[in-house]
Amino acid sequence: MSAMKANLERLPKGLQATLVLALLCLIAFPFAGSDFYKEMVTRMMILAIFAMSLDLLQGVTGLVSLGHAAYFGLAGYALAFLTPEGAAVSLWWTLPVAVLASSLAALVIGFFVVRTHGIYFIMVTMAFAQMVYFLFFDNKSLGGSDGLYINFKPSTSIFGVQTFDLDNKTHFYYFTLVMMLAVYAILRKLLWSPTGRALAGIRINEHRMRAMGYGTFKYKLTAFTIAGGLAGLAGYLQGAQSGFVNPELMGFHMSAHAIMMLVLGGMGNFAGAIVGAFSFEILLSLFKDLPNGLGKHWQLWMGTFIVLIVIFAPRGLMGLWEKNKGAQT
Amino acid sequence: MDLATFLIQLLNSVQYGLLLFMLAAGLTLIFGIMGVVNLAHGSFYMLGAYLAYALSGLWGSLTLAILVGALLSVVFGLALEWLLFRHFYERDHLDQVLLTFGLIYIFEELRSMLWGDDVHGVAIPELLSQSVPLTDTLSYPVYRLAMSGVCVALALGLYWVITKTKLGMKIRAGAFNSAMTEALGINIKLIHAVVFALGVALASVAGMIASPISSVYPGMGSSVLIMCFVVVVIGGIGSVRGALIAALLVGFVDTFGKVLLPSISGMLVYILMAAVLLWKPEGLFKQ
Repeated sequence: MSAMKANLERLPKGLQATLVLALLCLIAFPFAGSDFYKEMVTRMMILAIFAMSLDLLQGVTGLVSLGHAAYFGLAGYALAFLTPEGAAVSLWWTLPVAVLASSLAALVIGFFVVRTHGIYFIMVTMAFAQMVYFLFFDNKSLGGSDGLYINFKPSTSIFGVQTFDLDNKTHFYYFTLVMMLAVYAILRKLLWSPTGRALAGIRINEHRMRAMGYGTFKYKLTAFTIAGGLAGLAGYLQGAQSGFVNPELMGFHMSAHAIMMLVLGGMGNFAGAIVGAFSFEILLSLFKDLPNGLGKHWQLWMGTFIVLIVIFAPRGLMGLWEKNKGAQT
Repeated sequence: MDLATFLIQLLNSVQYGLLLFMLAAGLTLIFGIMGVVNLAHGSFYMLGAYLAYALSGLWGSLTLAILVGALLSVVFGLALEWLLFRHFYERDHLDQVLLTFGLIYIFEELRSMLWGDDVHGVAIPELLSQSVPLTDTLSYPVYRLAMSGVCVALALGLYWVITKTKLGMKIRAGAFNSAMTEALGINIKLIHAVVFALGVALASVAGMIASPISSVYPGMGSSVLIMCFVVVVIGGIGSVRGALIAALLVGFVDTFGKVLLPSISGMLVYILMAAVLLWKPEGLFKQ
C-alpha cells in the first residue's frame, strides 16, 4: 500500500555532488567542533544508521514498521549484559554478538509479522516491539524501568595492541562515521543486487512478484532480519556512546521518529535516510532550545511540524528536490 | 486461588475487557470503514479522563461531567474529522501514521499545558462508593460493577444502532462498498463523520468512566492504544463482534496472567496475539 510511488533510487548528479560535499564536511568536522558538538554529530550518525536500516523495509520493500526500535534497543542491552561491572569488553566480539542478537530477534518476530499486510503489518510490528519493551520494563533482573549502565566503553585492542580508543570523542566520531559509510555501501550494494530488485518488486506489486515465482515471504523475512541486525549495530553504538540503556530506546516514539526521518529525507535510496536523520535531530534540538520557555513545549512544535509536513510535503525534502528538478527514477 | 479470589479476578477481567472493547470498537470501525490507522485513538481516551477530572472538579458530579464530556467529545471528533482526517482517507497508511503520531505530540503537550504533568485522582460518586461483600474479608466495589454495566449498555446500544437502524445499515453499506453506497445517493461523507465522532466519543467515555479507578496521568493513552491494537488484530479489522470477543479474551489473559504468571504477564497478551496470527493471519473475524 504505502511507498508505492516510485522512489528516488538513482541519485541525480547535483544531489550526489552535494552529498559528497556534506561528507567532506563530516570528515573535517572534528577539527573544528568542540567535544559537545562531536558527541551530538556522532549521535546523529548513529541515528542515520538506524534510519537507513528502516529504509530497507520502508523505502525499498514498502513495509512500514512501527516497531523497529525494538532491534535498536536489544543490541544496546546486549552490550550492557556483556560488559562486566568493573572492566571493559572487547568490541571485536561483542559488536557481532549484539548485531546477531538483534538479527535473531528480528528473524523470530519477522516470522510472524511478514505474513501480514498493510495496516496489520503496522499494528503487529508495533505490538511485538511493545512486547520486547515490557519484557525489559517489567523485569528488575533485565534492568527494569530504570535500565542498565554500561560503565566502560568497549575496548578495541587486538592481541593486547591498542588500536584506537572509544573513550576519545574524536575516535568514537570517526569509528561511527566509518560504520555509517559501511552500512550505506552495503545497503546500496544490496539495493542493486537481485535480492534488492526483488524487494523493490515486492513494494511495487507483491502479487505479480509471487506470480513470477518469487517466494515473497522469504524475501521479506530476509529484509526484516537484515534491517533488524543493522538497527542493532546502531543500538550498540548508541549504548556504547551514552553509557546506559533503558526501555525508552525500544519505545514506540523511537520507532516513529525513525519513520519521520525517512519521510523527511526521502525513502528508498539510503542517502535520504542520512539526510533525514540529521534534519530531524537538528530540528528536535532547535525546538527544544527555543527561547522564552517556548522550548518546554517542544512536543507541540514537533507535532505541528509533523502534521504540516504530512499535509504539504508528504515526500519530504528530497521529494521537493525531485519536484523541482523533475528527476526520473 | 480460592473461589472468592477467582470471582474477583474474573469480574476484573470482564471489566477490563469491556473497557478495551469501548476503545477498540471505535478503532476497528474507523479502520474498517475509512481505512485509517489512528495512533491518536489513545489520546481520546486520555482526553476523556482529563475532561472527567476537570469537569467533575468544577461541578462536583462525575455523572454530569460524563454526560457533558461525551457531548464535547462528539463535537471535538466532528471538528477533527472535518479539519484533518477527512483528507487522509485515501492517503497512504504511512501518511496516516505520521499525521496521527504528530497529533499524539500535540495532544500530549496541550494536556500538559492545560492540566500539568501530575497524577490526579477522580472521586467515585457517593452513590456508587459502596462495596459488595463476597466473604468475611473480601468485597467488590460497586463502582466497578456499575462501570461494566455502562459498558454493556453501550455495547448493546452500538449493536442495536449497527444492526437495527437505518443509520447502521448505511454504515454497513459504506464499510462494504463505499463508492457504490455513494452512487446510491447516500451521503457517505456524513456517515464517515458520524462514525469518526462515534469512535472518539466511545474512547473518551471509556477514559471518563475509567478515571476514578485508573486515576488520571500523562501518557495514559499510549499503553491503552497498543492494547487496542492487539484487540483489533486478534478480532479482525472492521469487526465489532470480533473486537468484543478479542477484548474479553485479552482482558482475561492479562488479568489472570498478572496473578498466575507475574514475571511474564506483560508479554502474555502479545504471545496470545502471535498465536492467533499463526492460526489466522487476518484475525478471528475477518470482515
